[in-house]
Parts: sequence; structure tokens; C-alpha cells
Amino acid sequence: MARYVAGRLAGLVVLLLLVCVFTYLIFFKLSPDPALMICGKTCTPDRVAQIRASLGLDRPFLTQLGDYLSGLVAGRDYGSGPNLVHCPAPCLGYSFQSSQSVTQMIVDRLPVSATVAVGAAVLWLIVGIAAGLLSAVKEGSWWDRAAMGLALGGASIPNYVLALTLQYVLVVKLQILPFPSAVPFSEDPLLWFQSYLMPWLVLATGYACLYARLTRANVIDTLAQNFMRTARSKGLSPALTMRRHALRPALTPIVTIFGMDFAALLGGALITETVFGLNGIGKMAADSIAKNDQPVIMAVTLLAAFFVMAGNVVVDLLYTGLDPRVRVS
Amino acid sequence: MSELLVVEDLTVTFPTTRGPVDVVKDVSFTVGRNETVGIVGESGSGKSMTSLAVMGLLPPGATTKGSIRLDGVELLGRPDRELRRVRGEQASMIFQDPLSSLNPYYTVGLQIEEMYRAHRRCSRKEARRVVVEALTQVGIPEPERRAGYYPHQFSGGQRQRVMIAMALVCSPALLIADEPTTALDVTVQAQILTLLAGLQRDSGTGMVFVTHDLAVISSIATRVLVMCRGEQVEYGEAEQVFAAPRHDYTRMLLESIPRIDDEVVL
Amino acid sequence: MSDDVLLRVRDLTKRFTTRGPYRRRNEFTAVDGVSFDVRLGETLAVVGESGCGKSTSARIVARLMEPTSGTLEFDGEDITHAAGARLARYRAKVQVVFQDPFSSLNPRHTVERILMAPLDYQGIAPKGGRRAYTRELMERVGLNPDHAHRYPAQFSGGQAQRIGIARALAVDPKLVICDEAVSALDVSVQAQIIELLRRLQRESGFSYIFIAHDLAVVRQLAQRVAVMNKGRIVEQGPCDEVFKAPEDPYTRTLLAAIPRINPEWDRRRRAAR
Repeated sequence: MARYVAGRLAGLVVLLLLVCVFTYLIFFKLSPDPALMICGKTCTPDRVAQIRASLGLDRPFLTQLGDYLSGLVAGRDYGSGPNLVHCPAPCLGYSFQSSQSVTQMIVDRLPVSATVAVGAAVLWLIVGIAAGLLSAVKEGSWWDRAAMGLALGGASIPNYVLALTLQYVLVVKLQILPFPSAVPFSEDPLLWFQSYLMPWLVLATGYACLYARLTRANVIDTLAQNFMRTARSKGLSPALTMRRHALRPALTPIVTIFGMDFAALLGGALITETVFGLNGIGKMAADSIAKNDQPVIMAVTLLAAFFVMAGNVVVDLLYTGLDPRVRVS
Repeated sequence: MSELLVVEDLTVTFPTTRGPVDVVKDVSFTVGRNETVGIVGESGSGKSMTSLAVMGLLPPGATTKGSIRLDGVELLGRPDRELRRVRGEQASMIFQDPLSSLNPYYTVGLQIEEMYRAHRRCSRKEARRVVVEALTQVGIPEPERRAGYYPHQFSGGQRQRVMIAMALVCSPALLIADEPTTALDVTVQAQILTLLAGLQRDSGTGMVFVTHDLAVISSIATRVLVMCRGEQVEYGEAEQVFAAPRHDYTRMLLESIPRIDDEVVL
Repeated sequence: MSDDVLLRVRDLTKRFTTRGPYRRRNEFTAVDGVSFDVRLGETLAVVGESGCGKSTSARIVARLMEPTSGTLEFDGEDITHAAGARLARYRAKVQVVFQDPFSSLNPRHTVERILMAPLDYQGIAPKGGRRAYTRELMERVGLNPDHAHRYPAQFSGGQAQRIGIARALAVDPKLVICDEAVSALDVSVQAQIIELLRRLQRESGFSYIFIAHDLAVVRQLAQRVAVMNKGRIVEQGPCDEVFKAPEDPYTRTLLAAIPRINPEWDRRRRAAR
């Protein structure tokens, strides 16, 4: 087992390195010269060259990539003399546009994104799985049809439509909720809850609809399995039959999907955060794209890739724990 | 001999888009203690539905008529809550495909144990002891260790042994075996048939053995019920059915069986 | 060994390598040095229990799978690694009938299209036109030729297997491989299909490789039998000899395990007729 975990983690590092190289290639080689962007309108060739030198852009590509990677591990310095900026490890670059190290920007914003993701996940798991279960048990009933119809509809509403509608109704019209503002929990728990409620609802709706349909399909499949007939033939109570024999096989595949969805969400909910003005990773990504702040775009990409790949590893490990057939005898 | 199971005029009806269809029509038979009755028929003959009806395990939507009495007590029409006490405790069942009939997520020990504990008040420790005993009885080597194995870690024949151990853990009066050897290789089939016959001799359990294989029936059943398209074609002592079948369908079935010992002209 | 050998299989071996978790390599030899001959117009049965390698051998002979080592010689030609036109020519002479007729027939195609597919693949024009040839094939396997435009789902299991057999016959093969072709059928239907297979062989003179786990079925069909166990052929020879006086202990176990109807009852029933 330890060997397997070590192998997977080593694989993860190699893959991340490849993603690093690839994104570096895309963002620093194929996109517009950042020096020109920084230089602005009153630009002279000398000044561009100066900026390029201070950014290290005048050096060969491989050297630049090496600097970037060593910065990740050991930190690095940008510029020289009075303009010298130190970027401590793990250095994901330095945003000259906001005069901040990208790592610091991420550290500041990650809690917001994590709060959004965790809250939404709790909501969609509870609602989605409960609705799916009930639908499966009462397959073909009035409830089943209504819930599944709703789920189909809900899954097809784009997030921004839902977000803007909710905001208009709850904040502007009814004025039940304040405008979301990412208040820390320690300052005002009620306000914290109120301001995160809408992002949670918006994000959870689509997923809950998806999970309800998924849960329903899995449970119906499981109920038709031969071992369910065996369980009934043993004279077990319906509650035990359902809880022990149906739920675990039906919900195990959902763990996989959840792991991936949640990991992707940690990398930032771009639209939702932007609409509600929450200063998370998603909004940071949107802003940096608008400003062409390349170190930030690069870092956000890497972060999302990291979460997805790490989520993959975690899910695989979890699966070996959940499904005995995957374990080694 | 007091009869253990009495099935009288059993009719099972399924609703279909083309109206109700009788999958079992007026079937009657009895099973005595320590006796094996074979139900034989080709696919769609209603033999499996008959056995599921006895267990009260018919798919939802099916309706039943007639009478099924186990130990003198009528089973048809009783609520599921009461039937649950009968299932496993008085009558239990083994199925064709032991791999899919066992839950892949739990150890076989737990799956046997939960059945015992559903019917008997006892500590887990006591239940574990019973599980090991049951596994020993069906010839699983190293039963203490194997109780902690998952179904996929057993061979096909051993899985069916596990199913049998489970079915017999509460010492039921009646065992229904629905094609229990069909999915197995012949050599394994022979072992399972020997095991079932031996266990029955020791415990005095009445058995209903459902199969499409007449040769298997002839080796294990004392009485035989032949079914075709839901109807009871022939019912009698095994010797009579095989040596002097009254019905053409039975004769045709018997003549269709390929025989290993015959001279064949090619 | 005379010239009447149609297929010569020598030292056929198939090893599967699976990669388990923890990146551990597991090697499994499914077929281990199997050699046999199939003569013109004869039926060779390959029998054994599940996992003995009989189906893998059949698949290799049908060139649906590559052997790890060994050779296949058909009509004096080495076709072990034949490709392109040579492989196509071989496939026209060797046809397979599978166990489950429904999953091996395309449910969206009509019987006519199914039966003509092997010809289309070979680029052969059916004699007398598609419709007439389809009718002829259907008649040969005992199907109503008016049903040529029906779909597989509209037939019973036995009828669907007849379609599978007709499809194999369409290209006028020299060798038909039946991979558990009657195992999934009810006994009464099974008896009919066995009779059909025998009649077709009498009429057309092709050879069968008959893969089965049921020795009694094999007894009805084959002149020679090869018994496989754990990837090896443990015994092969004429059916009468192998079944009456088996030499290998495994063959003996296998034969002893076959359930039989009380012979005394059988005798009395037959006498009464």
C-alpha cells in the first residue's frame, strides 16, 4: 500500500512538472510580451529592454523556465538595486501589476474559494443524494417524475443566469440578504453566512441536479442486483437491506465523481465569484485574464491542475478503501 | 408423512402491456420433510417464478392465487413483515449465480452473520462462532480466516458453498435451490450436488430443486414436477416420470437430452 | 498425417500479462503448447471446464487473437501471421458461430443484411442475387425465408442461432468454429441445432471445431475429441476411445462428474415405446 501511494505521489509530481513546462510555454512564449504591457503608452525601446532585463525575459527560454522552477522550490529575486523584490518560496511568480507575490495573492484568496466550494458541496451532496434516493425508492411515482423533471431543468440553467436572478430577487427586490462581501466568520458569523448563501445556492443547484439523477440511476441499478434479492430472501428488515446492501454499492461511484468536482471547484468558481464580487481564486483568474497579468494566469492554471490531479489521487486511494474488489488480496 | 410444504393451485399473474399474463398456472405439489422435489422445465416454463412465489419474493406487480402452506401455515396474502420471519428462518433460498447473489462489498462472514442475527438473539461473538461452524459444514477450508474474505476471493464452487452455508445457518425446514449448479463446471456441480444431498440427509431439510437439467434432477429428487409455459405438465415419483412418462412433452424432453454413454452413429 | 489435414495447429501458446495494482506484473498462460489437426470434413471437439483455454484456442485459430507462439497451417499454408489479402482469404474459409446469438448479431440489421455481410466484406457477389441467396441460406438452416427482413430480436434463441449458422455458411467455408454454440439453448432446441449442424456437414462437407464444456453434446457431434485442462491438451483421440476408455485421470474425473439419468429408468422408458 505504501509503495502504491508513493508511486502515485511521484507520478503526481512528474505530471505537475509537465503541466508547469507546458503552461510556461503557452503563457510566456506564445502570448504578448509582458514587458510591452507593463511599459504602457509612453514607451521607448530602451525602457522595454530595461523591463525585459529586470524580468529576466532577455535570457533563453530554458534558463527562464529553470528560474521559475527553482523559484517554486527556493524562492527568487526580481529586478535589481532599489527595484529588487524578493519572492520567497514557493514562488509562483510576481505580479508587477499588483506589486504582490502571486503566492501571497493565492494565500489571501484561497480561503474564500474554499469556503464557497465546501459550503456548496455540503449543500449539493445532501440535497442531491437525498432527492435521488427518494426518487429511486419511489421510482415512477409522482415525486420521482417531478424531482427528475426539476433536476433536468435545474442542470440546464447557466450559473450566471441563476446568480443574477437570485441576486436581483433576494438582494435588490426582497432585500432579504445583503450583497455578498466575504466577511470572515470570526467577525460576524451571521453576515458571513448570509453573504456566502447565494454563491452556495448557485453553485450547488447545478451539481445537486446532476447528483440527484446520478444517485437515482445508481440506486435503481443496485436495487435490481441479484444480491438485493438474496438480502430479501434472508429475511433482513427493509431498512437494513437498504442501508447496508443498497447504499454502499450505489454511492461508491458517486465518491469518485464528487472528488473530481470538488477538486475542480477549489481551483476557483470563476463565474459565481465574479458575479457576486467574492475575492476568490476564480475572480482573481478573471481579473488577471482581463489585465493579462501573466504570472497570475499561469499560477491559477497550475493551481487548478494541481487540485484536479491531487483530487484524482485522493479519489483513487479512497476507492481502494471503499471497494474491496479493488484491493489486493 | 406430514407434509412440510403444500402448494395448491398456485397461479402467478404479471401485468403486461398486452394485459395480464399467467406465468404460473394452477401448479400443485407437496414437499415432505427430508424429501427433495425437483421442478424441471425449459426457459420461460415458470419454474423460477414458482419458487420465488413460495419465498414471497416475486417482483412487484405480480399477483398470486391459490395456496402455499408451510408447516400448515398459509403464506399467500400475509404481509411482508410476517413473511420476513419465515424467510431465512423457516425457508431459505440459493440461486444460480453465486457471485452476483453475494454482495461484493461485504465479507462472506458478515453476510452469513447478519442473516443469523436477523432471526436469533445473540452476541456477535456467538454469531461469529455459528458462521465458522456453518462454513466448516459446507467444506470451506480455514473457515476462521475465510470468513473475512470477500466473495470475489472465492472460486465459483466455493461461492456456492458459502451461499449454502448462509441458507442453512438458521436450520430452515425448507431449502429452495434455484438452478444452484447451472453456472458451475461439471466437476464442481458434482461436488455441490453431493454436498447438498449430504447436508439434507443430516438435517432433514425439505428441498425444492429447480433446474432445466433432467439428469441433475434424476440424481437428486424423489419426486419431479415438469413445467412448460407456466403449466404443470407432469407430477409424480421420479421413477415414474423418468421410466414411464405420461405426457408427450416429458418424453420429448427426455429424448432431447444428449447422452454420454450411448452409441452414436455419425 | 496424410494430405487430408485441413488445419494443423502446432505448439500454440498464449500468455496474458496483466498489470495489477502496485504495478505488479502477473503472467497467465491461457493456452500452453497446444497441438492438433483438423481433417477435411471431420468434427474435432475441444472440451474442458471454464478457464481451460478452449475458447482462447478457438479465437486464435479464427485469427481473432494473436498467439504468443506456435503456428497455424491451413490447407498447407502458414497463416499464423497472415495479414491483408491473405488474412481476408483465410477468413472467407473459416467462420465462427458464437455462444450468444443475440449479442453476436447486430440488432439493427435485418437478417438479409446480416447474412450478406460476410460476402460484402469479402467483395463476393452472392449467386443469384442477394434476395435469392438469402432465401436459400435461410431455407438451408430451417428458417422461414419470408422472414428475411426481420430483425434478430423478432426471433427466438434457437432461431437466432440458426441465423448465426447461416451467416457462417454464407461464404461457403471449409472450417466452421462453433464456440459453445449450443450451450445457451434449452435441451429441446439444443437437440434441433445439433441435428442441423450434423445435416449441414453432411451436405457441404466442411469441418467443425466444436468448442464445448458439455461432453454429452460433444458425443453427438464429434469424431475426435481433445480434452483440455489448465491450458494443455491432456488427452486427444477418437470420441469412442476417449469416452469409453479414458487414459488421463482428468478426463476420467470429467466423465464421472457428468450427471446421468438412472440407466435402468432410461431402459424401461425406451422399452415401453
